[in-house]
Amino acid sequence: MNNLIKGEKYDWEIVIGLEIHAQVKSNSKLFSSSSTKFGSSPNSQVSLVDAAMPGMLPVINKYCVEQAVKTGIGLNAKINNYSVFDRKNYFYADLPQGYQISQYKYPIVGEGKVTIDFKDGTSKDIRIVRLHLEQDAGKSLHDQNPSKTYVDLNRSGVALMEIVSEPDIRTPDEAGMYISKIRSILMYLDTCDGNMQEGSLRADVNISVRKPGDEYGTRCEIKNLNSIKFIKQAINYEAKRQIEILESGGSIEQNTMLFNTSTGKTRPMRNKEEAHDYRYFPDPDLLPLEISKEEIGKIKSSIPELPDELKNKFIETYKLSNYDASVLTAEKQTSDYFNETINSDSELKNHAKIVVNWITSELFSLLNKNNQDLNNSPVSPENLGQLVKLISTNEISGKIAKDVLEDMFSSGKTARQIVDEKGLQQVTDQGEIAKVIDEVIAENPKMVEQYLAGKDKLLGFFVGQAMKLTKGKANPKMLNDILKQKLNKKN
Amino acid sequence: MKIDKNTINKIARLSRIKLDDKESEDYIKDLNSILDWVEQLNEVNTENVEPLSNISSSILPKREDVSKDTNSSEEILENAPDKLEGFFAVPKVVE
Repeated sequence: MNNLIKGEKYDWEIVIGLEIHAQVKSNSKLFSSSSTKFGSSPNSQVSLVDAAMPGMLPVINKYCVEQAVKTGIGLNAKINNYSVFDRKNYFYADLPQGYQISQYKYPIVGEGKVTIDFKDGTSKDIRIVRLHLEQDAGKSLHDQNPSKTYVDLNRSGVALMEIVSEPDIRTPDEAGMYISKIRSILMYLDTCDGNMQEGSLRADVNISVRKPGDEYGTRCEIKNLNSIKFIKQAINYEAKRQIEILESGGSIEQNTMLFNTSTGKTRPMRNKEEAHDYRYFPDPDLLPLEISKEEIGKIKSSIPELPDELKNKFIETYKLSNYDASVLTAEKQTSDYFNETINSDSELKNHAKIVVNWITSELFSLLNKNNQDLNNSPVSPENLGQLVKLISTNEISGKIAKDVLEDMFSSGKTARQIVDEKGLQQVTDQGEIAKVIDEVIAENPKMVEQYLAGKDKLLGFFVGQAMKLTKGKANPKMLNDILKQKLNKKN
Repeated sequence: MKIDKNTINKIARLSRIKLDDKESEDYIKDLNSILDWVEQLNEVNTENVEPLSNISSSILPKREDVSKDTNSSEEILENAPDKLEGFFAVPKVVE
Protein backbone atom coordinates (compact mmCIF):
# COMPACT_ATOMS: atom_id res chain seq x y z
CA MET A 1 0.00 0.00 0.00
CA ASN A 2 1.30 3.45 -0.87
CA ASN A 3 0.79 5.79 2.05
CA LEU A 4 2.82 8.67 0.69
CA ILE A 5 1.40 12.07 -0.12
CA LYS A 6 2.73 14.23 -2.88
CA GLY A 7 4.25 17.62 -2.23
CA GLU A 8 5.43 20.03 -4.91
CA LYS A 9 8.89 18.48 -4.93
CA TYR A 10 8.92 15.22 -2.98
CA ASP A 11 6.77 12.40 -1.69
CA TRP A 12 6.17 12.60 2.05
CA GLU A 13 5.13 10.18 4.76
CA ILE A 14 2.95 11.39 7.64
CA VAL A 15 3.83 10.05 11.09
CA ILE A 16 0.96 10.18 13.58
CA GLY A 17 0.57 9.31 17.26
CA LEU A 18 -2.60 9.72 19.30
CA GLU A 19 -3.29 10.52 22.92
CA ILE A 20 -6.87 9.50 23.57
CA HIS A 21 -8.72 10.76 26.63
CA ALA A 22 -11.52 8.41 27.60
CA GLN A 23 -13.83 9.33 30.45
CA VAL A 24 -14.32 6.40 32.83
CA LYS A 25 -17.99 5.41 33.03
CA SER A 26 -18.45 5.76 36.78
CA ASN A 27 -21.02 7.26 39.14
CA SER A 28 -18.62 9.43 41.08
CA LYS A 29 -15.38 11.27 40.35
CA LEU A 30 -11.83 9.88 40.62
CA PHE A 31 -10.99 11.46 43.97
CA SER A 32 -14.35 12.70 45.29
CA SER A 33 -17.95 11.53 45.65
CA SER A 34 -19.53 14.15 43.39
CA SER A 35 -21.69 12.89 40.58
CA THR A 36 -20.32 12.61 37.03
CA LYS A 37 -23.70 13.09 35.34
CA PHE A 38 -23.50 15.01 32.07
CA GLY A 39 -25.54 18.14 31.41
CA SER A 40 -26.45 19.14 34.96
CA SER A 41 -26.76 22.80 35.92
CA PRO A 42 -23.37 24.52 36.26
CA ASN A 43 -21.31 23.95 39.40
CA SER A 44 -23.98 21.72 40.97
CA GLN A 45 -21.72 18.64 41.15
CA VAL A 46 -18.66 20.12 42.81
CA SER A 47 -17.38 18.91 46.16
CA LEU A 48 -14.91 20.82 48.27
CA VAL A 49 -12.21 18.49 46.91
CA ASP A 50 -13.11 19.32 43.30
CA ALA A 51 -13.06 23.03 44.08
CA ALA A 52 -9.62 22.58 45.73
CA MET A 53 -10.61 24.14 49.03
CA PRO A 54 -7.63 24.25 51.40
CA GLY A 55 -7.16 21.13 53.51
CA MET A 56 -9.25 18.81 51.35
CA LEU A 57 -7.75 15.40 50.63
CA PRO A 58 -8.33 13.13 47.62
CA VAL A 59 -9.59 9.56 48.18
CA ILE A 60 -9.38 7.29 45.16
CA ASN A 61 -12.41 5.60 43.58
CA LYS A 62 -11.84 1.83 43.56
CA TYR A 63 -14.17 1.27 40.62
CA CYS A 64 -12.23 3.72 38.41
CA VAL A 65 -9.01 1.82 39.15
CA GLU A 66 -10.70 -1.44 38.17
CA GLN A 67 -12.00 0.07 34.92
CA ALA A 68 -8.49 1.22 34.00
CA VAL A 69 -7.16 -2.29 34.62
CA LYS A 70 -10.01 -3.79 32.62
CA THR A 71 -9.28 -1.44 29.72
CA GLY A 72 -5.60 -2.29 29.94
CA ILE A 73 -6.41 -5.98 29.59
CA GLY A 74 -8.66 -5.16 26.61
CA LEU A 75 -5.72 -3.36 24.98
CA ASN A 76 -3.55 -6.47 25.41
CA ALA A 77 -1.38 -4.45 27.73
CA LYS A 78 0.81 -5.06 30.74
CA ILE A 79 -0.88 -4.15 34.02
CA ASN A 80 1.48 -2.59 36.53
CA ASN A 81 1.14 -3.82 40.10
CA TYR A 82 2.63 -0.56 41.29
CA SER A 83 1.81 2.91 40.01
CA VAL A 84 2.15 6.46 41.31
CA PHE A 85 0.05 9.62 41.08
CA ASP A 86 1.90 12.79 40.21
CA ARG A 87 0.99 16.44 40.11
CA LYS A 88 1.13 18.09 36.70
CA ASN A 89 1.39 21.80 37.44
CA TYR A 90 -0.11 24.56 35.31
CA PHE A 91 -2.35 27.57 35.77
CA TYR A 92 -5.68 27.77 34.07
CA ALA A 93 -9.03 29.17 35.16
CA ASP A 94 -10.79 25.80 34.99
CA LEU A 95 -8.12 24.02 37.07
CA PRO A 96 -8.79 25.10 40.67
CA GLN A 97 -5.98 23.01 42.20
CA GLY A 98 -3.35 24.61 40.01
CA TYR A 99 -2.30 21.08 39.13
CA GLN A 100 -3.86 18.01 37.62
CA ILE A 101 -3.44 14.72 39.45
CA SER A 102 -2.10 12.40 36.78
CA GLN A 103 0.42 9.58 36.40
CA TYR A 104 3.81 10.23 34.89
CA LYS A 105 6.67 7.85 35.43
CA TYR A 106 4.69 4.91 36.81
CA PRO A 107 1.38 4.53 34.93
CA ILE A 108 -1.17 1.89 35.90
CA VAL A 109 -0.99 0.23 32.46
CA GLY A 110 2.10 -0.29 30.29
CA GLU A 111 2.73 -1.42 26.72
CA GLY A 112 -0.03 -3.00 24.66
CA LYS A 113 -1.38 -3.11 21.12
CA VAL A 114 -4.56 -2.96 19.06
CA THR A 115 -5.19 -4.22 15.54
CA ILE A 116 -6.92 -2.27 12.79
CA ASP A 117 -8.42 -4.00 9.73
CA PHE A 118 -8.38 -2.64 6.19
CA LYS A 119 -10.95 -3.15 3.45
CA ASP A 120 -8.49 -5.18 1.35
CA GLY A 121 -8.31 -7.82 4.08
CA THR A 122 -4.95 -6.79 5.52
CA SER A 123 -4.52 -5.54 9.07
CA LYS A 124 -1.99 -3.59 11.09
CA ASP A 125 -0.97 -3.44 14.74
CA ILE A 126 -0.78 -0.07 16.47
CA ARG A 127 1.37 -0.22 19.62
CA ILE A 128 0.17 1.39 22.82
CA VAL A 129 2.81 3.03 25.01
CA ARG A 130 0.72 3.32 28.16
CA LEU A 131 -2.61 4.05 29.78
CA HIS A 132 -2.78 6.23 32.86
CA LEU A 133 -5.46 7.59 35.16
CA GLU A 134 -5.93 11.31 35.62
CA GLN A 135 -8.41 14.00 36.59
CA ASP A 136 -10.36 15.96 34.02
CA ALA A 137 -10.36 19.76 34.30
CA GLY A 138 -13.43 21.99 34.53
CA LYS A 139 -15.02 23.48 31.46
CA SER A 140 -14.41 27.02 30.19
CA LEU A 141 -17.07 28.71 28.11
CA HIS A 142 -15.68 31.57 26.07
CA ASP A 143 -18.71 32.53 24.02
CA GLN A 144 -21.36 33.26 26.66
CA ASN A 145 -20.32 36.76 27.56
CA PRO A 146 -18.36 39.39 25.58
CA SER A 147 -15.94 40.26 28.38
CA LYS A 148 -15.87 37.17 30.63
CA THR A 149 -15.01 33.51 30.42
CA TYR A 150 -17.42 31.29 32.35
CA VAL A 151 -16.14 28.32 34.34
CA ASP A 152 -18.17 25.23 35.23
CA LEU A 153 -16.44 22.80 37.58
CA ASN A 154 -18.89 19.90 37.17
CA ARG A 155 -16.33 18.04 35.06
CA SER A 156 -13.49 18.93 37.41
CA GLY A 157 -12.10 15.73 38.90
CA VAL A 158 -13.93 13.25 36.67
CA ALA A 159 -11.73 10.20 35.96
CA LEU A 160 -10.02 10.00 32.58
CA MET A 161 -7.96 7.24 31.06
CA GLU A 162 -5.29 8.66 28.78
CA ILE A 163 -4.28 6.10 26.17
CA VAL A 164 -1.04 6.96 24.37
CA SER A 165 -0.07 5.27 21.10
CA GLU A 166 3.33 4.87 19.52
CA PRO A 167 3.75 6.95 16.32
CA ASP A 168 2.72 3.89 14.27
CA ILE A 169 -0.10 5.58 12.35
CA ARG A 170 0.63 6.74 8.80
CA THR A 171 -2.58 8.12 7.27
CA PRO A 172 -5.66 10.09 8.36
CA ASP A 173 -7.76 6.98 7.64
CA GLU A 174 -5.59 4.82 9.89
CA ALA A 175 -5.99 7.43 12.64
CA GLY A 176 -9.76 7.22 12.22
CA MET A 177 -9.69 3.42 12.27
CA TYR A 178 -7.47 3.39 15.33
CA ILE A 179 -9.72 5.64 17.40
CA SER A 180 -12.79 3.70 16.20
CA LYS A 181 -11.14 0.51 17.36
CA ILE A 182 -10.27 1.94 20.77
CA ARG A 183 -13.83 3.25 21.08
CA SER A 184 -15.19 -0.17 20.16
CA ILE A 185 -13.03 -1.93 22.77
CA LEU A 186 -14.04 0.61 25.46
CA MET A 187 -17.71 0.12 24.65
CA TYR A 188 -17.55 -3.70 24.67
CA LEU A 189 -15.79 -3.44 28.05
CA ASP A 190 -18.32 -0.81 29.15
CA THR A 191 -15.52 1.24 30.74
CA CYS A 192 -16.36 4.41 28.74
CA ASP A 193 -19.60 5.39 27.01
CA GLY A 194 -17.66 6.40 23.87
CA ASN A 195 -19.78 9.51 23.35
CA MET A 196 -17.53 11.81 21.34
CA GLN A 197 -20.09 14.59 21.08
CA GLU A 198 -20.34 14.95 24.83
CA GLY A 199 -16.56 14.80 25.06
CA SER A 200 -16.38 11.40 26.81
CA LEU A 201 -13.82 10.44 24.18
CA ARG A 202 -11.44 12.98 22.66
CA ALA A 203 -7.94 12.97 21.26
CA ASP A 204 -4.75 14.99 20.95
CA VAL A 205 -2.97 14.22 17.70
CA ASN A 206 0.81 14.38 17.21
CA ILE A 207 1.86 14.88 13.60
CA SER A 208 5.14 15.11 11.77
CA VAL A 209 6.20 14.47 8.18
CA ARG A 210 9.33 12.95 6.70
CA LYS A 211 10.72 11.63 3.47
CA PRO A 212 10.39 7.82 3.47
CA GLY A 213 13.27 6.21 5.35
CA ASP A 214 14.34 9.43 7.10
CA GLU A 215 14.36 10.01 10.87
CA TYR A 216 11.16 11.33 12.43
CA GLY A 217 10.57 15.03 11.73
CA THR A 218 9.71 17.67 14.34
CA ARG A 219 6.13 17.16 15.49
CA CYS A 220 3.22 19.41 16.31
CA GLU A 221 0.41 18.46 18.65
CA ILE A 222 -3.20 19.32 17.83
CA LYS A 223 -5.26 19.50 21.02
CA ASN A 224 -8.71 18.28 21.88
CA LEU A 225 -10.36 16.86 18.78
CA ASN A 226 -13.74 15.31 19.45
CA SER A 227 -14.81 13.70 16.19
CA ILE A 228 -13.21 11.29 13.75
CA LYS A 229 -14.04 13.66 10.91
CA PHE A 230 -12.17 16.52 12.60
CA ILE A 231 -9.21 14.26 13.37
CA LYS A 232 -8.86 13.39 9.69
CA GLN A 233 -9.36 16.99 8.57
CA ALA A 234 -6.84 18.29 11.08
CA ILE A 235 -4.21 15.73 10.04
CA ASN A 236 -4.68 16.51 6.36
CA TYR A 237 -4.39 20.24 6.93
CA GLU A 238 -1.47 20.04 9.33
CA ALA A 239 0.52 17.62 7.11
CA LYS A 240 0.11 19.92 4.11
CA ARG A 241 1.13 22.91 6.20
CA GLN A 242 4.31 21.17 7.36
CA ILE A 243 5.18 19.93 3.86
CA GLU A 244 4.80 23.42 2.41
CA ILE A 245 7.13 24.85 5.05
CA LEU A 246 9.74 22.12 4.53
CA GLU A 247 9.63 22.29 0.72
CA SER A 248 10.14 26.03 0.74
CA GLY A 249 13.30 25.51 2.80
CA GLY A 250 11.87 26.27 6.25
CA SER A 251 11.84 24.14 9.39
CA ILE A 252 9.04 23.00 11.68
CA GLU A 253 8.76 24.58 15.10
CA GLN A 254 7.52 22.17 17.74
CA ASN A 255 4.18 23.59 18.75
CA THR A 256 0.84 22.95 20.35
CA MET A 257 -1.92 23.71 17.88
CA LEU A 258 -5.65 24.28 17.95
CA PHE A 259 -7.97 23.12 15.17
CA ASN A 260 -10.69 25.48 14.05
CA THR A 261 -13.65 23.27 13.14
CA SER A 262 -15.34 25.89 10.96
CA THR A 263 -12.32 26.87 8.84
CA GLY A 264 -10.65 23.45 8.89
CA LYS A 265 -7.29 25.06 9.75
CA THR A 266 -4.79 24.62 12.57
CA ARG A 267 -3.03 27.46 14.37
CA PRO A 268 -0.52 27.59 17.23
CA MET A 269 -1.80 28.12 20.76
CA ARG A 270 -0.72 31.19 22.65
CA ASN A 271 1.25 31.16 25.92
CA LYS A 272 3.39 28.45 24.47
CA GLU A 273 6.61 29.48 26.22
CA GLU A 274 5.34 28.01 29.48
CA ALA A 275 3.27 25.21 28.03
CA HIS A 276 5.73 22.42 28.64
CA ASP A 277 7.07 23.10 32.11
CA TYR A 278 4.70 20.94 34.13
CA ARG A 279 7.11 20.21 37.00
CA TYR A 280 5.74 16.74 37.68
CA PHE A 281 6.31 15.36 41.15
CA PRO A 282 4.63 12.60 43.20
CA ASP A 283 1.44 13.85 44.87
CA PRO A 284 2.18 13.84 48.61
CA ASP A 285 -1.59 13.48 49.30
CA LEU A 286 -1.71 10.04 47.70
CA LEU A 287 0.10 6.81 48.45
CA PRO A 288 1.30 4.66 45.55
CA LEU A 289 -1.42 2.54 43.98
CA GLU A 290 -0.82 -1.17 44.41
CA ILE A 291 -2.86 -3.89 42.72
CA SER A 292 -2.33 -7.54 43.52
CA LYS A 293 -2.13 -10.35 40.99
CA GLU A 294 -5.33 -11.75 42.51
CA GLU A 295 -7.21 -8.51 41.91
CA ILE A 296 -6.01 -8.40 38.30
CA GLY A 297 -7.01 -12.04 37.84
CA LYS A 298 -10.47 -11.31 39.17
CA ILE A 299 -10.94 -8.41 36.77
CA LYS A 300 -9.63 -10.54 33.90
CA SER A 301 -12.25 -13.18 34.53
CA SER A 302 -15.02 -10.57 34.33
CA ILE A 303 -14.08 -9.44 30.82
CA PRO A 304 -16.68 -10.08 28.10
CA GLU A 305 -15.95 -11.29 24.57
CA LEU A 306 -14.01 -8.52 22.83
CA PRO A 307 -14.38 -7.41 19.20
CA ASP A 308 -11.28 -9.27 17.97
CA GLU A 309 -12.29 -12.57 19.56
CA LEU A 310 -15.79 -12.20 18.20
CA LYS A 311 -14.38 -11.32 14.79
CA ASN A 312 -12.33 -14.51 14.67
CA LYS A 313 -15.35 -16.49 15.75
CA PHE A 314 -17.44 -14.99 12.94
CA ILE A 315 -14.71 -15.69 10.38
CA GLU A 316 -14.45 -19.29 11.49
CA THR A 317 -18.14 -20.07 11.97
CA TYR A 318 -19.59 -18.21 9.02
CA LYS A 319 -16.61 -18.05 6.64
CA LEU A 320 -16.83 -14.27 6.53
CA SER A 321 -14.00 -12.09 5.25
CA ASN A 322 -11.78 -10.36 7.78
CA TYR A 323 -13.20 -7.02 6.75
CA ASP A 324 -16.87 -8.04 6.92
CA ALA A 325 -16.29 -9.54 10.34
CA SER A 326 -14.54 -6.41 11.56
CA VAL A 327 -17.40 -4.18 10.36
CA LEU A 328 -19.87 -6.44 12.19
CA THR A 329 -17.92 -6.38 15.43
CA ALA A 330 -16.98 -2.69 15.42
CA GLU A 331 -20.00 -1.93 17.57
CA LYS A 332 -21.54 -4.27 20.06
CA GLN A 333 -25.07 -3.50 18.91
CA THR A 334 -24.15 -4.57 15.36
CA SER A 335 -22.67 -7.89 16.40
CA ASP A 336 -25.66 -8.52 18.68
CA TYR A 337 -28.05 -7.76 15.81
CA PHE A 338 -26.13 -10.06 13.45
CA ASN A 339 -26.15 -12.86 16.02
CA GLU A 340 -29.89 -12.59 16.52
CA THR A 341 -30.58 -12.43 12.79
CA ILE A 342 -28.48 -15.42 11.85
CA ASN A 343 -29.82 -17.50 14.73
CA SER A 344 -33.44 -16.76 13.83
CA ASP A 345 -33.45 -19.47 11.16
CA SER A 346 -31.11 -22.44 10.88
CA GLU A 347 -30.89 -22.02 7.09
CA LEU A 348 -29.35 -18.58 7.38
CA LYS A 349 -25.99 -19.91 8.57
CA ASN A 350 -25.26 -20.86 4.98
CA HIS A 351 -26.04 -17.36 3.77
CA ALA A 352 -24.06 -15.35 6.29
CA LYS A 353 -22.51 -13.12 3.63
CA ILE A 354 -25.99 -12.09 2.41
CA VAL A 355 -27.05 -11.38 6.00
CA VAL A 356 -23.98 -9.15 6.48
CA ASN A 357 -24.69 -7.22 3.29
CA TRP A 358 -28.30 -6.61 4.20
CA ILE A 359 -27.37 -5.36 7.64
CA THR A 360 -24.31 -3.27 6.85
CA SER A 361 -25.40 -1.74 3.57
CA GLU A 362 -29.17 -1.79 3.13
CA LEU A 363 -30.39 -1.57 6.71
CA PHE A 364 -27.62 0.82 7.79
CA SER A 365 -28.36 3.21 4.94
CA LEU A 366 -32.09 3.22 5.81
CA LEU A 367 -31.26 3.87 9.47
CA ASN A 368 -28.89 6.66 8.46
CA LYS A 369 -31.42 8.25 6.15
CA ASN A 370 -34.01 8.27 8.93
CA ASN A 371 -31.56 9.31 11.60
CA GLN A 372 -32.19 6.19 13.60
CA ASP A 373 -30.06 3.79 15.54
CA LEU A 374 -29.74 0.01 15.19
CA ASN A 375 -30.84 -0.31 18.81
CA ASN A 376 -34.33 0.87 17.96
CA SER A 377 -34.46 -0.36 14.38
CA PRO A 378 -38.05 -0.73 13.10
CA VAL A 379 -36.91 -3.94 11.40
CA SER A 380 -36.28 -6.66 13.96
CA PRO A 381 -33.47 -9.20 13.48
CA GLU A 382 -36.07 -11.96 12.96
CA ASN A 383 -37.79 -9.98 10.20
CA LEU A 384 -34.54 -9.23 8.45
CA GLY A 385 -33.73 -12.92 8.69
CA GLN A 386 -37.01 -13.74 7.01
CA LEU A 387 -36.26 -11.29 4.20
CA VAL A 388 -32.82 -12.81 3.60
CA LYS A 389 -34.40 -16.23 3.49
CA LEU A 390 -36.82 -15.09 0.78
CA ILE A 391 -33.83 -13.84 -1.21
CA SER A 392 -31.70 -16.92 -0.67
CA THR A 393 -34.50 -19.25 -1.75
CA ASN A 394 -35.02 -17.15 -4.90
CA GLU A 395 -38.54 -16.28 -3.89
CA ILE A 396 -37.87 -12.62 -4.47
CA SER A 397 -35.06 -10.87 -6.33
CA GLY A 398 -32.51 -8.71 -4.56
CA LYS A 399 -33.86 -5.65 -6.31
CA ILE A 400 -37.42 -6.27 -5.13
CA ALA A 401 -36.08 -7.08 -1.67
CA LYS A 402 -34.81 -3.50 -1.39
CA ASP A 403 -38.35 -2.18 -1.88
CA VAL A 404 -39.65 -4.78 0.56
CA LEU A 405 -37.13 -3.70 3.19
CA GLU A 406 -38.13 -0.06 2.79
CA ASP A 407 -41.75 -1.08 3.22
CA MET A 408 -40.86 -3.17 6.30
CA PHE A 409 -39.00 -0.20 7.68
CA SER A 410 -41.91 2.22 7.35
CA SER A 411 -44.91 -0.10 7.90
CA GLY A 412 -43.44 -2.51 10.46
CA LYS A 413 -44.90 -5.45 8.50
CA THR A 414 -42.96 -8.66 7.99
CA ALA A 415 -41.28 -9.47 4.68
CA ARG A 416 -43.65 -12.40 4.14
CA GLN A 417 -46.74 -10.20 4.61
CA ILE A 418 -45.51 -7.61 2.13
CA VAL A 419 -44.48 -10.15 -0.52
CA ASP A 420 -47.83 -11.96 -0.26
CA GLU A 421 -49.94 -8.82 -0.21
CA LYS A 422 -48.24 -7.24 -3.18
CA GLY A 423 -47.64 -10.46 -5.11
CA LEU A 424 -43.92 -9.86 -5.41
CA GLN A 425 -42.80 -13.44 -5.82
CA GLN A 426 -40.13 -13.76 -8.41
CA VAL A 427 -41.07 -15.10 -11.84
CA THR A 428 -38.95 -18.19 -12.35
CA ASP A 429 -41.11 -19.79 -15.01
CA GLN A 430 -38.95 -20.18 -18.13
CA GLY A 431 -41.91 -19.99 -20.47
CA GLU A 432 -43.30 -16.87 -18.93
CA ILE A 433 -39.98 -15.07 -19.09
CA ALA A 434 -39.40 -16.20 -22.66
CA LYS A 435 -42.80 -14.82 -23.63
CA VAL A 436 -41.96 -11.41 -22.28
CA ILE A 437 -38.62 -11.40 -24.05
CA ASP A 438 -40.23 -12.27 -27.35
CA GLU A 439 -42.50 -9.32 -26.85
CA VAL A 440 -39.61 -6.95 -26.20
CA ILE A 441 -37.67 -8.20 -29.19
CA ALA A 442 -40.69 -7.84 -31.45
CA GLU A 443 -41.33 -4.29 -30.32
CA ASN A 444 -37.76 -3.07 -30.84
CA PRO A 445 -36.51 -4.33 -34.20
CA LYS A 446 -34.10 -1.38 -34.64
CA MET A 447 -32.45 -1.98 -31.35
CA VAL A 448 -32.07 -5.65 -32.14
CA GLU A 449 -30.36 -4.74 -35.38
CA GLN A 450 -27.94 -2.42 -33.63
CA TYR A 451 -27.23 -5.02 -30.99
CA LEU A 452 -26.46 -7.62 -33.55
CA ALA A 453 -24.21 -5.12 -35.33
CA GLY A 454 -22.04 -5.15 -32.24
CA LYS A 455 -23.55 -2.62 -29.84
CA ASP A 456 -23.33 -4.96 -26.85
CA LYS A 457 -24.32 -2.29 -24.40
CA LEU A 458 -27.90 -2.54 -25.63
CA LEU A 459 -28.32 -5.78 -23.70
CA GLY A 460 -29.05 -3.67 -20.65
CA PHE A 461 -31.84 -1.92 -22.51
CA PHE A 462 -33.57 -5.21 -23.30
CA VAL A 463 -33.18 -6.42 -19.73
CA GLY A 464 -34.68 -3.16 -18.51
CA GLN A 465 -37.67 -3.41 -20.86
CA ALA A 466 -38.37 -6.99 -19.87
CA MET A 467 -38.06 -6.18 -16.18
CA LYS A 468 -40.51 -3.34 -16.64
CA LEU A 469 -43.04 -5.68 -18.17
CA THR A 470 -42.69 -8.16 -15.29
CA LYS A 471 -42.74 -5.32 -12.74
CA GLY A 472 -39.22 -6.23 -11.73
CA LYS A 473 -40.19 -9.73 -10.71
CA ALA A 474 -38.32 -11.76 -13.32
CA ASN A 475 -35.38 -13.72 -12.00
CA PRO A 476 -32.50 -11.61 -13.31
CA LYS A 477 -30.18 -14.48 -14.09
CA MET A 478 -32.78 -16.42 -16.03
CA LEU A 479 -33.83 -13.27 -17.84
CA ASN A 480 -30.25 -12.57 -18.89
CA ASP A 481 -29.60 -16.11 -20.02
CA ILE A 482 -32.77 -16.47 -22.07
CA LEU A 483 -32.37 -13.01 -23.58
CA LYS A 484 -28.84 -13.72 -24.76
CA GLN A 485 -29.90 -17.04 -26.16
CA LYS A 486 -32.76 -15.52 -28.13
CA LEU A 487 -30.79 -12.57 -29.44
CA ASN A 488 -27.89 -14.72 -30.53
CA LYS A 489 -30.23 -17.04 -32.36
CA LYS A 490 -31.23 -14.08 -34.54
CA ASN A 491 -27.68 -13.77 -35.71
CA MET B 1 22.87 23.38 41.11
CA LYS B 2 22.91 27.17 41.50
CA ILE B 3 19.92 29.50 41.40
CA ASP B 4 20.64 32.62 39.38
CA LYS B 5 18.57 35.65 38.41
CA ASN B 6 17.09 33.91 35.33
CA THR B 7 16.03 30.86 37.29
CA ILE B 8 14.41 32.89 40.03
CA ASN B 9 12.48 34.91 37.45
CA LYS B 10 11.28 31.74 35.78
CA ILE B 11 10.15 30.19 39.05
CA ALA B 12 8.35 33.41 39.97
CA ARG B 13 6.59 33.51 36.61
CA LEU B 14 5.54 29.84 36.83
CA SER B 15 4.14 30.53 40.31
CA ARG B 16 2.44 33.76 39.22
CA ILE B 17 4.35 35.69 41.90
CA LYS B 18 5.72 39.16 41.21
CA LEU B 19 9.15 39.86 42.75
CA ASP B 20 11.00 43.15 42.88
CA ASP B 21 14.80 43.26 42.62
CA LYS B 22 15.37 43.20 46.36
CA GLU B 23 13.07 40.18 46.83
CA SER B 24 14.74 38.38 43.93
CA GLU B 25 18.15 38.82 45.56
CA ASP B 26 16.83 37.55 48.90
CA TYR B 27 15.23 34.48 47.36
CA ILE B 28 18.33 33.66 45.32
CA LYS B 29 20.30 33.66 48.57
CA ASP B 30 17.68 31.63 50.51
CA LEU B 31 17.06 29.05 47.82
CA ASN B 32 20.77 28.54 47.21
CA SER B 33 21.45 27.89 50.87
CA ILE B 34 18.55 25.39 50.98
CA LEU B 35 19.87 23.64 47.88
CA ASP B 36 23.41 23.54 49.30
CA TRP B 37 22.09 21.90 52.41
CA VAL B 38 20.02 19.33 50.50
CA GLU B 39 22.96 18.64 48.21
CA GLN B 40 24.68 16.83 51.05
CA LEU B 41 22.45 13.91 50.06
CA ASN B 42 24.51 13.56 46.90
CA GLU B 43 27.18 11.97 49.04
CA VAL B 44 24.98 8.87 49.31
CA ASN B 45 25.39 6.34 46.56
CA THR B 46 21.88 5.76 45.08
CA GLU B 47 22.88 3.82 42.01
CA ASN B 48 20.26 1.17 41.12
CA VAL B 49 17.91 2.41 43.85
CA GLU B 50 14.38 3.21 42.69
CA PRO B 51 13.12 6.60 43.91
CA LEU B 52 10.71 6.36 46.81
CA SER B 53 7.36 8.06 46.26
CA ASN B 54 6.20 7.85 49.82
CA ILE B 55 7.76 6.90 53.13
CA SER B 56 4.55 5.58 54.66
CA SER B 57 4.12 1.81 54.59
CA SER B 58 0.33 1.97 54.74
CA ILE B 59 -1.82 1.13 51.75
CA LEU B 60 -3.71 3.67 49.64
CA PRO B 61 -7.25 3.79 51.03
CA LYS B 62 -9.97 3.39 48.36
CA ARG B 63 -13.64 4.31 48.32
CA GLU B 64 -16.62 2.65 46.65
CA ASP B 65 -18.09 4.30 43.56
CA VAL B 66 -21.06 5.95 45.24
CA SER B 67 -22.05 9.46 44.22
CA LYS B 68 -23.42 11.93 46.71
CA ASP B 69 -25.78 14.63 45.59
CA THR B 70 -23.98 17.83 46.36
CA ASN B 71 -26.23 20.42 44.74
CA SER B 72 -23.26 22.58 45.45
CA SER B 73 -23.57 25.63 43.23
CA GLU B 74 -24.50 28.13 45.91
CA GLU B 75 -21.91 27.01 48.43
CA ILE B 76 -19.16 26.57 45.84
CA LEU B 77 -19.70 30.01 44.32
CA GLU B 78 -19.93 31.73 47.69
CA ASN B 79 -16.26 32.75 47.77
CA ALA B 80 -16.00 33.55 44.08
CA PRO B 81 -14.89 37.13 43.42
CA ASP B 82 -17.20 37.20 40.41
CA LYS B 83 -20.04 34.91 39.36
CA LEU B 84 -22.70 35.04 36.63
CA GLU B 85 -25.57 32.70 35.75
CA GLY B 86 -24.25 29.99 38.05
CA PHE B 87 -20.74 30.11 36.63
CA PHE B 88 -17.46 31.43 37.96
CA ALA B 89 -16.79 34.51 35.85
CA VAL B 90 -13.13 35.13 35.09
CA PRO B 91 -11.37 37.60 32.79
CA LYS B 92 -11.81 36.54 29.19
CA VAL B 93 -9.37 33.81 28.26
CA VAL B 94 -8.51 34.29 24.62
CA GLU B 95 -7.43 31.05 23.02
